[in-house]
Amino acid sequence: MLVVTALAVVRTRSLFAVVMLSGVFSLLSALLFVTMDAVDVAFTEAAVGAGISTVLLLGTLALTSRYERTARQSPLVPVAVVLVTGAALFYGTLDMPNFGDPAAPASNHVYPDYIARSVDQIDVPNIVTAILASYRGFDTLGEVAVVFTAGVGVLLLISGLRRRRKGGSKAKQEGPRA
Amino acid sequence: MLEEFTWEFIVGHMNYWLFIVLMMTGLYVVVARGNLVKKIVGLNIFQVSVFMLYISIGKITGGTAPIFSTNLQGKIKLDPEIVYSNPLPHVLILTAIVVGVATTSLGLALIVRIREEYGTIEEQGILTIERDMVHEEERVHGEAMGGRG
Repeated sequence: MLVVTALAVVRTRSLFAVVMLSGVFSLLSALLFVTMDAVDVAFTEAAVGAGISTVLLLGTLALTSRYERTARQSPLVPVAVVLVTGAALFYGTLDMPNFGDPAAPASNHVYPDYIARSVDQIDVPNIVTAILASYRGFDTLGEVAVVFTAGVGVLLLISGLRRRRKGGSKAKQEGPRA
Repeated sequence: MLEEFTWEFIVGHMNYWLFIVLMMTGLYVVVARGNLVKKIVGLNIFQVSVFMLYISIGKITGGTAPIFSTNLQGKIKLDPEIVYSNPLPHVLILTAIVVGVATTSLGLALIVRIREEYGTIEEQGILTIERDMVHEEERVHGEAMGGRG
């Protein structure tokens, strides 16, 4: 699992076929989610990350240019920024519990409550679904609002395109349907 | 300080460190590359590594996916022996993935618009065009005021 991830890092540094590699990256991360017991997340990542995102990126490439110009300023400042941020994050992980530790704070606070009560209260076999749709229903409503806003924004930005362009080339897909 | 770094500690924290490396790869692409589409891809990589970090926090050794087993009638069978991984990060990340796609699509729509307006999707090209526009505006303004702007 860790080897696969490391491989993904090396590959995404490649300059060519960036979009396809991002799809590959999403798919690999979906595999990683499965091994970490998050099957629902893996579904969504494979469908949305590897599917819809790639299609949207390809659509953008079709509407814009396909090649990256290589002229750019010296990479020293970005490297410094990245190294400093990475060091800060690394320092932060020193206090974290070990991977998979049953005594970790995340696994002891409200989590046993959800496991114990969702059978009686919701009666849905999938605990993730029970929490998403019931306990955290308002979050999901907010999420739908975000997606709706984004869809409207995309439509507003794109809608003039067809009018301005003669020959009626295909407009980009409208907002995400997730 | 150094005696903390036992073999167990290093193995137990390897996942966080790998995800940090992935995150920093994404951040580097966002900061250093001039192409706007590439920036979006970098942002996606960054995002997915944050997701992986969260999911790895929810994992419990020996745990299984948080789905109850049912019998043939669809009734839930409770087995106190089974350990389930923490479902709360999963819920959080499900929401985050969908919101992530929403932001990605909005960013891509902006890129299409920028390309239409400026004819380029390179940061450097856009900056050059903007600078020229400002210069032109100042020149016109200065002439209108009857002097050297």
